Amino acid sequence: MIRSAIVSETIDIAALLAEVGDAANGATSLFLGTVRSRNNHRDVLMIEYSAYEPMAEKEIGDILREAAERFGVANIVAEHRVGELEIGEVSVAIAAAHPHRGPVLDALRYSIEQLKQRVPIWKMEHYADGTRNWVSASQGEPE
Amino acid sequence: MTVTVRFFASYAEALGMRALALQLDVGATVQDVLSSVCAMPGASRLPPSPLVAVNHTYARGSQILFDGDEVALIPPVAGG
Repeated sequence: MIRSAIVSETIDIAALLAEVGDAANGATSLFLGTVRSRNNHRDVLMIEYSAYEPMAEKEIGDILREAAERFGVANIVAEHRVGELEIGEVSVAIAAAHPHRGPVLDALRYSIEQLKQRVPIWKMEHYADGTRNWVSASQGEPE
Repeated sequence: MTVTVRFFASYAEALGMRALALQLDVGATVQDVLSSVCAMPGASRLPPSPLVAVNHTYARGSQILFDGDEVALIPPVAGG
């Protein structure tokens, strides 16, 4: 089962894990992206995420199908949140399950890297000094 | 024919709008849309060749458009 969604409420991580898990799978893995308190040496107060929602859902779905095909993972789901997120909140969650761990970890790595490169989602960082800035993934963000 | 042009994030701020109905000649391409957008106030803050999607799929400048298409200018993405 493959599913992607853009959501505006808190991501229910337990529900994602339950969605991909079944008795045949000995390995379940979860990737979470969270809002961090510092970026480019600045104190971040919160991040405002926005998306071109129909395209973002479709593009994440395409990525998950690519990951499923490349690594033989049948169960993989992802949700990306939009709206105003505070420090520590989950912005993106990807869960996958497979009989063995290798394909699951590979599929998650592939999915998050592609998501960061291709999916039309943007973030505006709001800083402690009252300023704000559109963030580009190409602004020297390490892996 | 008419296409809908959509702007997001920093591009929407630069142009002061989120969407535009654009009249084009039959046979017009993505590049024709970009030329029209480049002439708009605020467009100097956009890159010369922004990413474009047509009907939710990334497209090249040479792609021919049809009546009712949705053309989106995609700023540098930052999901995750």
